[in-house]
Amino acid sequence: MATALQRFGRSFILISKRQFSNSSTSCEKKIAQQSGKSLNLYSAINQALHIALETDPRAYVFGEDVSFGGVFRCTTGLADRFGKNRVFNTPLCEQGIVGFGIGLAAMGNRAIAEIQFADYIYPAFDQIVNEAAKFRYRSGNQFNCGGLTIRAPYGAVGHGGHYHSQSPEAFFCHVPGIKVVVPRSPQQAKGLLLSCIRDPNPVVFFEPKWLYRLAVEEVPEHDYMLPLSEAEVIREGSDITLVGWGAQLSIMEQACLDAEKSGISCELIDLKTLIPWDKETVEASVKKTGRLLISHEAPVTGGFGAEISASIVERCFLRLEAPITRICGLDTPFPLVFEPFYMPTKNKILDAIKSTVNY
Amino acid sequence: MLVRTMTILLSIRLSSRKIITHQNFQSKSLGFLGLVNHNSSVSSYSSLFHCKAGSSSSTFMPIGESYPHKPHALLGTLYSFLHYKSTEAQNQLEPQYTHEDKDDQANDFPGGKVSFTSEMTFISETPVKRVPCFRVLDDNGDPITYSNYEQIQQLSKEVAVKMYNNMVTLQMMDTVFYEAQRQGRISFYITTMGEEAINIASAAALSIDDLILPQYREPGILLWRGFTLKEFADQLFGNQADHGKGRQMPVHYGSNKLNYITISSPIATQLPQAVGVAYSLKMDRKDACAVTYFGDGTTSEGDFHAALNFAAVMEVPIIFICRNNGWAISTPTEEQFRSDGIVVKGPAYGMRSIRVDGNDALAVYAAVHTARRMAISEQRPVLIEALTYRVGHHSTSDDSTKYRPVDEIEYWKKSRNPVNRFRRWVEKNGWWNDEDELELRNSVKKQLLQAIQVAERIPKPPLADLFSDVYANLPSNLHEQEKLLRETIKEHPQDYPSDVPM
Ligand SMILES: Cc1ncc(C[n+]2csc(CCOP(=O)(O)OP(=O)(O)O)c2C)c(N)n1
Ligand SMILES: [Mg+2]
Repeated sequence: MATALQRFGRSFILISKRQFSNSSTSCEKKIAQQSGKSLNLYSAINQALHIALETDPRAYVFGEDVSFGGVFRCTTGLADRFGKNRVFNTPLCEQGIVGFGIGLAAMGNRAIAEIQFADYIYPAFDQIVNEAAKFRYRSGNQFNCGGLTIRAPYGAVGHGGHYHSQSPEAFFCHVPGIKVVVPRSPQQAKGLLLSCIRDPNPVVFFEPKWLYRLAVEEVPEHDYMLPLSEAEVIREGSDITLVGWGAQLSIMEQACLDAEKSGISCELIDLKTLIPWDKETVEASVKKTGRLLISHEAPVTGGFGAEISASIVERCFLRLEAPITRICGLDTPFPLVFEPFYMPTKNKILDAIKSTVNY
Repeated sequence: MLVRTMTILLSIRLSSRKIITHQNFQSKSLGFLGLVNHNSSVSSYSSLFHCKAGSSSSTFMPIGESYPHKPHALLGTLYSFLHYKSTEAQNQLEPQYTHEDKDDQANDFPGGKVSFTSEMTFISETPVKRVPCFRVLDDNGDPITYSNYEQIQQLSKEVAVKMYNNMVTLQMMDTVFYEAQRQGRISFYITTMGEEAINIASAAALSIDDLILPQYREPGILLWRGFTLKEFADQLFGNQADHGKGRQMPVHYGSNKLNYITISSPIATQLPQAVGVAYSLKMDRKDACAVTYFGDGTTSEGDFHAALNFAAVMEVPIIFICRNNGWAISTPTEEQFRSDGIVVKGPAYGMRSIRVDGNDALAVYAAVHTARRMAISEQRPVLIEALTYRVGHHSTSDDSTKYRPVDEIEYWKKSRNPVNRFRRWVEKNGWWNDEDELELRNSVKKQLLQAIQVAERIPKPPLADLFSDVYANLPSNLHEQEKLLRETIKEHPQDYPSDVPM
């Protein structure tokens, strides 16, 4: 089947290249040196949750089906280890989960809520947008729910159709008061998740579910955090800057490798935190390369790529040598059979790199 | 647990008046739910509206005098509770309030008179008795005493045999399609195993004009209405013949022709929509109702509560059918809700409600048939809680042995199998025998394998279907994206599946 082939293609890419840490920043090199075990992404998340519960007696993990380990196994072993008062199933109600999490967090706890799929976060939209995001501001900082972290698996998996594939990050990036974070790999996931849990603001943490099992890399076993609102240049280059986050980065990296064969030097940036985002790193890169391509799975119109594009035009107008390009999902619902057509594929990105460089 | 709570709710309204209950309970364990009585008379919750065994259906009316006039929605509910007949077993349902002030001191709050009491009594969260579960057939498929309902007496051989036939077909669909998923031929599947009676018997009791708003474990209604095995297979393979044009995951069936609104994965969203559908039927004075299905887990969503409240307030012809199968993926009902399940939520919203044995096809049939008549002739919502068990894994992405004992599954699969139970009854009527069984199973198997083979070879929907139907007409951004995509495909044909026609 087409979808099966597509799935295989993607896993092959991931397995063949594995980690981005070869070209990591010095901060991450330090982490990698403190050798760890080879872990996939869901196990890295699981480790982060173990550490979060271990290091803070006021941390709680809850959501639909989390007791038995969660439908993606991210919460495996937590209930056994920390007991059902701290790790528990909730009734099937996303608005309840987030509202409950806000209250728990407002009492000075770390509320780590799981939404089973990002596609099912919408019933909780009001609690996130009107409540979590404004809890601090509207009370004049008398109250806050900064201990709230909402984890949700997002993105394509090859056969998820409308409701097991969406990338809803842009909706949340339009909401002052919450942070939105998306990790690209197991090592990143662990360090970023711990930062989100311990950040004094409510955070929505989208996990690339395609990578749960497929992405494997060395993950240090100890407790470490990676900074929020700091983008990372994961591949240096001089001709064009590529910006992305989460699972899409592996596709973009493939495009960078292929472009290199045609003599184009690409700089690849992982944004990691979508709001508040690290404009400076992107700006510095675009000032160097003069060109920018942004790629995400979510539909192109109103996607977060539009915000990046607008900001960079404001800051780098005179340095740009070509229009900023967006290679994103189509403006359709996420389709099942047509998924390979919908996706921002490596070749779509590669073609756009070439035409931008030859503009 | 909530029986008591409800009793007290009633008592507030009834003052010291007495209400009836049924005496023909037969205690039977329903396993995961704990002990629930089986009750052999169709009765809406509170037992105030009950259909006597053998009584003529046209006299299906609240016991006692009929309404003096069509009351206001809220008052209607109030009045309806005022009808009473006997004092039997009243102790169980008797109010806890022994001291109530005289009527003339009742407080005239907006919404009706409420009497005062000098007793500070909290309504109990624990009922003395659980709401009993209506059934017609015992585990051997023998009709139990009292249960000679008119609907069942009128059930013809033809309909009964079709029901059995469909239940077997549904069972075999599950076996064959599940296997196809395991072989990687389709990407996903959800079985209905254990819930064949709810599916088929409810469908049989409805009319084709009734609008169905399903969850995802109710393909039996489509089957009953004439959806062919090939149509099921077409959807599962997402081929050109799929009515949904290959856009949704397997099992997200839908058929405009068969009044079955296309399934959506997000839980509970269909419920308030069903109320809107029912309101339209009401405005158009149609001889039809809306029927919406959902699981036990789904009742935790806000949409469920919105829907029940809307339905009661809008007085619409709708039947809510909850398949309480004990599990929502890995979450058992004890972690989903407290009190006595779903049925007791109905009266809290002002809705007639009944609990039925979902593994008893005849009970489901009688209850849905009766509910439909009430819903349409009285323009009111009805809630049905069907107790059953999810025999299969949640879906092909799930392994339920991780969170529930294998013998529990086996018990429900073998000892409580709704298909076997119905078969015994059909056989005892002399309408079915082993030979028929063999012939049916052979023929369905052949049809299923053929449906799969044919559906698998049909090409995928054309690329244009990726862009159509996002809006009624193609907007310019999609027009542009389609053009660009076609150019990309020409450049990189190897990136795209060859079975999607350009
Ligand atoms: C809004 C939403 N949240 C979560 C899910 C994931 N999910 C799919 S089915 C399901 C359990 C539903 O259980 P129940 O209503 O009892 O139906 P059953 O599967 O038992 O038939 C869950 C949590 C979903 N589909 N939609
Ligand atoms: Mg269920």
